[in-house]
Amino acid sequence: MSYLSLSDKDKAEMLAATGAKTVGDLFSCIPEAIRLKRDLDLPAAQSEIELVRTIEEIGHKNGYPGHLSFLGGGAYEHFIPTVVDYLSSRGEFVSPYTPYQPEVSQGTLQVSFEFQTLVCQLAGLDIANDSLYEGATATAEAVLMAQRVTNRSKVILARSLHPQYREVVRTYIKNLGVEAVEVPYGPDGRIDKNALGRLLDDKTAAVVYQSPNFFGVVEDVRALSDGAHGVKALSVTIVAEAISLGLLEAPGRLGADIVAGEAQSLGVPLSFGGPFLGFMASKKEFLRQMPGRVTGQTVDKQGRRGFVLTLSTREQHIRRERATSNICTNQALCALRATIFMETLGKQGLKELAWQNAQKTGYAADKLAAVPGVKLRFTGPAFNEFVIELAKPWPAVDGKLRKMGLIAGYGLEPAYPELKNAVLVCVTELRTRDEIDRLARALQEVVS
Amino acid sequence: MIKEIREPLVFEISEAGKRAAELPALDVPVKKDVLAGVPLRREIEGFPEVSETEITRHFTRLSQKNYCVDMGIYPLGSCTMKYNPKINERLSAHSAFAASHPLAPEDLVQGNLEVLKKLEGFLCEIAGMDAFTLQPAAGAHGELTGMMLIRATLEARGNARKSVLIPDSAHGTNPSSAHICGYTVKEIRSNENGTIDLAGLAEAMTEEVAALMITNPNTLGVFESDICRIAEIVHAKGGLVYMDGANMNALTGIARPGDMGVDVMHINLHKTFSTPHGGGGPGSGPVGVKKELAPFLPVPVIGEKGGRYILDFNRPRSIGRVRSYFGNFSVIVRALCYIMTLGPKGVREIAEFAVLNANYIRKTLEGSFTLKYPTASMHECVFSDKLQKEFGVSNLDIAKRLIDYGVHPPTMSFPLIVHGALMIEPTETESRRDLDIFIDAMKAIAREARENPEVLHAAPHVTYVSRLDEVAAAKFPVLRWEKKA
Repeated sequence: MSYLSLSDKDKAEMLAATGAKTVGDLFSCIPEAIRLKRDLDLPAAQSEIELVRTIEEIGHKNGYPGHLSFLGGGAYEHFIPTVVDYLSSRGEFVSPYTPYQPEVSQGTLQVSFEFQTLVCQLAGLDIANDSLYEGATATAEAVLMAQRVTNRSKVILARSLHPQYREVVRTYIKNLGVEAVEVPYGPDGRIDKNALGRLLDDKTAAVVYQSPNFFGVVEDVRALSDGAHGVKALSVTIVAEAISLGLLEAPGRLGADIVAGEAQSLGVPLSFGGPFLGFMASKKEFLRQMPGRVTGQTVDKQGRRGFVLTLSTREQHIRRERATSNICTNQALCALRATIFMETLGKQGLKELAWQNAQKTGYAADKLAAVPGVKLRFTGPAFNEFVIELAKPWPAVDGKLRKMGLIAGYGLEPAYPELKNAVLVCVTELRTRDEIDRLARALQEVVS
Repeated sequence: MIKEIREPLVFEISEAGKRAAELPALDVPVKKDVLAGVPLRREIEGFPEVSETEITRHFTRLSQKNYCVDMGIYPLGSCTMKYNPKINERLSAHSAFAASHPLAPEDLVQGNLEVLKKLEGFLCEIAGMDAFTLQPAAGAHGELTGMMLIRATLEARGNARKSVLIPDSAHGTNPSSAHICGYTVKEIRSNENGTIDLAGLAEAMTEEVAALMITNPNTLGVFESDICRIAEIVHAKGGLVYMDGANMNALTGIARPGDMGVDVMHINLHKTFSTPHGGGGPGSGPVGVKKELAPFLPVPVIGEKGGRYILDFNRPRSIGRVRSYFGNFSVIVRALCYIMTLGPKGVREIAEFAVLNANYIRKTLEGSFTLKYPTASMHECVFSDKLQKEFGVSNLDIAKRLIDYGVHPPTMSFPLIVHGALMIEPTETESRRDLDIFIDAMKAIAREARENPEVLHAAPHVTYVSRLDEVAAAKFPVLRWEKKA
């Protein structure tokens, strides 16, 4: 099996046209000493029938899909309307590249323009880019953007920010002279405002917090923004669960200067964590510091509306080492999925979806907290995740639950040693009352 | 063909009360104090309201305004726009993979870890490297990761050094990635063959230089034949060699960067290994390293213990994470499927046919267009608009006119060392017929440039929109729809 399209006759004639005698002659520019003189050690070619068998066999080694799961923590299982898969699978969307030639890329470009608009509407801000890799790198880009905007070198990261996002920020800033300090959370699971007050100073470029945070608790975006603005720092809201923006007030309207994060929830499958969909929106005065591709509206020679990639003087292919970011590609196909998802759910649907998440989570929190040996760890308002603390060791509980076909959530201790036997439980619209009750019964059996 | 409908923005066809998705009724009792005290939004202002029929028509019509690989040749140089096999789409979307959660316990995702481990192994063999990380989300992200690995390695040796050497023909991502890694960039000039000048390199390569970032074949499609000598010069001064693997399509099964003295490299799965470009992404940019650099790879590393795959976080010398979770997993599944379909012979044929197709184009267009560098081409060739400039025709005019002939234009105005560049990479999957459609169009345009340049200036003539005003777009940015006041 191969995807080549030349017959032996074509090959011979084309070779003759090039003046080479053999295909090997075309590689004479490679010194003999470094030419590979053997076949690559790879498995023999497989036909489609064999490949399907092999790959499905590997897939079946994943026990996960057979479980009733309450995992969240930055990756969420949500309803994906069939039209999302159907329309985003069209070859006209899947198989082109970056719209460098706008006259033959108006489909991709108009989708980008709609995506940017939808992101602005959700975030409550003026401008948005055309997507970034995923939530963690979007957070790192937001930190670097805040540094450029303020010309300051210290960022305050909430400890309740996704642990992997914090790790990636630290990896990115290590060589750039930016200092990151961590602000702890209080008993309600929200940022400890007194501690924040002590950290804020005139070196602070930004306060970077996630809302709903990694524990599912909604932060007081207004108060955090006021705090940041008090020292002329930026307020950066990271959103890892984009569905929440259907119900919670837009962070931009509560004072956030940059809203960035992960939009996987909007129609992108879990796929073991990627590809996901990073996004970023900001106030318009920071436009020149925004990383990544941006689509703009313009007109053609006849005055008809059209769309182009624009403001590329910020980008690496023009500005090289002075660019706002080294990012080149975006996540266009994931952004397309999110665009179809948002337009399909629409104004009513997205709000209702978010509301159902919050309601079911409220029900689940009450139900689990009523189990002896289980208590809620934080008192702050939860969107679709909450942390429970178990009276028994989590690894043993987890083992027993898994035998019952259940994954109750994500054990927090490895990432938060101070949270012993604490578990992050996520409840989306896809979990039914029966399933939540089943989890409660199982916990009762195992914990009490 | 029926008359094309001008497709409005979704916001312009939105009407209150419409919807395209219904949810089941809430099956738990409504709790009034959920999110008590949290500011909630009254509505998502401006969000669209349309039916499912309208959604389907909207996106179907928009899709039809795109040119794509499924329609024809897409010879964007350095982008490797090859055919994307359909079975890979199906298998990567298989629920066993698509429904798996990245925080699931490792014993419940053994299949996923096997996918990662297998592809790492295949890439090590193809590139001649000792270890790979699949975490980077794209080529530029791979470069950044690679440069961080270099920095960590040199720090461990005692001195991270100050600067990085980059040829003037390099992709813009190279200097930008080096910069984010805290290095200053020194450009080195190409010689008359379009390759690295050894004397110039030897002079620039001091003990302050951390690394050379090289693209091989370079962006002219020319193999750096002195690569072993180049690596020696860099290594002799204690530096490391980074290879941008954007052009790996010319080398698969023929020669391996690891055998040429390369210490670190990235591979673009969306180029060499046929994963779809998706209108700009997602890509995937795995990074391969030699042994000395392996302890610094991002966490987690996939390990094996007692016949099972494990996630190894205990890597004290690691640079840390560069991305959440494990990389663009479904892209990785596609690349794995591709390599398994091709096998050793098929992987070698990638390079053989890619280079044959590019040389066929080069030979048949020589004379019609100028080749600044006569050096032998590999998988791509770079012409310029020098001959056409005499008639006032630029590479932009040529590109736009190609659209009228039904083919996608090549990469334009890159590499920067060729003025008015047209960088052509056909890839191995093109048929003779599609190659000839492109060649005939280019020749016809060369004729038109002499005889009727106006038709080129006004091109394209047949598209949904004509040439767009990019200057106005940048000068007066309109980046979102807004409700008319």
